Amino acid sequence: MTTITARPQQAANWKDQLNRPSVALIVGLAYIVCAVFLAEVTDRSSLWYPLANMIAVPIFFIAPLVVVSLNITRWLKIALLVIMLGLIMPIIGVANPTYLEIAIQVSIFAGLALGLNIVVGFAGLLDLGYVAFFAVGAYLWAVFTSPVDTVFMINGWTLPGEAFFIMIAIGVFGAAFVGILLGLPVLRLRGDYLAIVTLGFGEVVRMLVRNLDSPINFTNGAQGLYGVGSPPLPGFAIGFTTTIASAFGIRVDNPDAIAGQLMFYVIAIITLLVIILVCSRLKDSPIGRAWTAIREDEVAALAMGVPLVRMKLLAFASGAAFAGAIGVIYASKQTFIDPESFVLLQSISILAMVIVGGMGNIKGVILGAMIITIVDLSTLSNLSLQFNNFRNAGMLDIPPALEPAKYQPLVFGLILVLMMLFRPAGLLPEKSRKLELQAEKEDPLALPTEEPLEDAVLVDTSTPEER
Amino acid sequence: MLLEVNNLVKSFGGIRAVRDVSIGIQENSISAIIGPNGAGKTTFFNLLTGIYKPDSGTVTFDGKSLLGLRPDQVNKAGISRTFQSIRLFGNMTVLENVMVGMHTRLNISLWRTIIRPPSFGRQEEHVRQRATDLLRFVGLAGKGDELSRNLPYGDQRRIEIARALASDPKLILLDEPTAGMNPQESEEAMSLFRKIRDEVGVTVVLIEHDMRVVMGISEHIDVLDYGQKIAEGTPDEIRSNPQVIEAYLGKRASGTGSNAEANDDSAA
Repeated sequence: MTTITARPQQAANWKDQLNRPSVALIVGLAYIVCAVFLAEVTDRSSLWYPLANMIAVPIFFIAPLVVVSLNITRWLKIALLVIMLGLIMPIIGVANPTYLEIAIQVSIFAGLALGLNIVVGFAGLLDLGYVAFFAVGAYLWAVFTSPVDTVFMINGWTLPGEAFFIMIAIGVFGAAFVGILLGLPVLRLRGDYLAIVTLGFGEVVRMLVRNLDSPINFTNGAQGLYGVGSPPLPGFAIGFTTTIASAFGIRVDNPDAIAGQLMFYVIAIITLLVIILVCSRLKDSPIGRAWTAIREDEVAALAMGVPLVRMKLLAFASGAAFAGAIGVIYASKQTFIDPESFVLLQSISILAMVIVGGMGNIKGVILGAMIITIVDLSTLSNLSLQFNNFRNAGMLDIPPALEPAKYQPLVFGLILVLMMLFRPAGLLPEKSRKLELQAEKEDPLALPTEEPLEDAVLVDTSTPEER
Repeated sequence: MLLEVNNLVKSFGGIRAVRDVSIGIQENSISAIIGPNGAGKTTFFNLLTGIYKPDSGTVTFDGKSLLGLRPDQVNKAGISRTFQSIRLFGNMTVLENVMVGMHTRLNISLWRTIIRPPSFGRQEEHVRQRATDLLRFVGLAGKGDELSRNLPYGDQRRIEIARALASDPKLILLDEPTAGMNPQESEEAMSLFRKIRDEVGVTVVLIEHDMRVVMGISEHIDVLDYGQKIAEGTPDEIRSNPQVIEAYLGKRASGTGSNAEANDDSAA
């Protein structure tokens, strides 16, 4: 029992640390410094620029998550978040669209990871084919808007950009339906078997998409679909872009393109917020408890009246629904998708986000998505640039073959291995899992072993005297 | 009869785990099902609760047939249970464990969960309140926020009982509820079982090996051996039934016809 009392105290200390005004001040200052750096420093040729950028980007993007964790009033939190995400981020995005791109990617992958978290983290069903639902959403929108000569184009079954938001809703239900289709045959499977079947399912969807170009061309096969439609750009987005640009003296070459990216940023952030809201409401409800019960002990959950089939299908469907919506946004933003956008590795990296962040914990999963996406898009390439700068300056000669950006899978592998060694429950573990791992470490016999009593006790020692 | 089981049969491959068992459970009674290890007692519970499908026979509960129902439907129909090897949701809190038990009694819809009308909040409040009450009833007041896996063994048994009661059952099946308990804990458990019947009005059926508990609490006992029912009756009748003694101690011991000698025999 001592372990149980010790642990939350430690956690509380950590929380207290975070809540000290000085810490909040340091975080705030670091955020402002990073923001100014990202917006203002334009001398990319300076020797240390990539390194500074490499440090500034994660701080800048993770700061909103720290704000959410601070012990301040709800309204202050919301106000800070609105300023950070609704004002500072767009300004920096206009100044340097690369960061807008990172923000969009982080939002998209955080949304995907949260969807997968419902299936894997809440209900405990290991799904390695999650990207298939993402593909369903993406192709749903792409086939109806791409100018490629598919059967849809030839017959004039096309949709205007205005249909985008309706298509997000259709993507939600379409992907949920496919989720149920996947769920039905795998209901009886658990653990490794389920993982293998879902992995196969992901590949089946990818192969279908790849080969549905003949005899009737639905998806244009391996060539993919280009020119995927976008929602119409509202006029004020361009106005907003040029206003910011002139206010901060930023030279903008192509305001339309940046305004378009800004629009996708807003769409992605709003979608992510909706997903976070839905996730937390699902988690804290009879449905969420039923999922956790299934994860913990299927038979007991069933015997306690949890309808396994319905609850598992609901988990698959809700996880898939998020991916469907995000798929529509992703296809529209990328304007080009092909089957290679939805490979197994993509499923695995989404799963890695869930695991690194902390399975089951919404904040943790978002953190995981941020870390993996930022390492992928910013940290590694910056490190490569830094080495490049050193080489050009003649300070350190690292052969180009050893550029960190080329070792992305290796780095991800390393991150996962280190995580499993030092923080197996993730960076921000779900409360219960943290307690669980702690208890296991210090008390290997937390659950008593079952030892049925001897049958011979039937004849009670007191019986002979009584009779 | 609240529960009427007729000619229930279940085989696993060549092994006939339950053969032709007929048992009736009176409403508002406390009964026990006893028998040596491997007699088919737990299989019998699993057949009643829909975890296994019987090969033949009928199960009638409260006037309705339970055959073909899934375990969650059996639970909804009013039979709840605990497990021989404790099966809690270890990484959920004690309170959450009990809250899961109420699943069949709740109005669960995806839209209500996401939209959260006021009725959702009221239901959650009710669930929380009822789970807290149940924890107090089984003697675990104040432990609701601990992880269930961190509680000691005896408390875990109590959580299972609270969780089983959460579905407002008419009948509760307890599978070896005092296994691994010391005499004092067993004593407390027995008074809890009586309270379940007397205060909550739930009919209790238990599988039990501890004869102090069986003889001390049950009004009616059924004895299984090799999947067959070999005896039934009051504790006194069972205690003196030669077939029962034979089943437990073997032929020679019962051949002498004396319980006292049988006891000596087992000690030897």
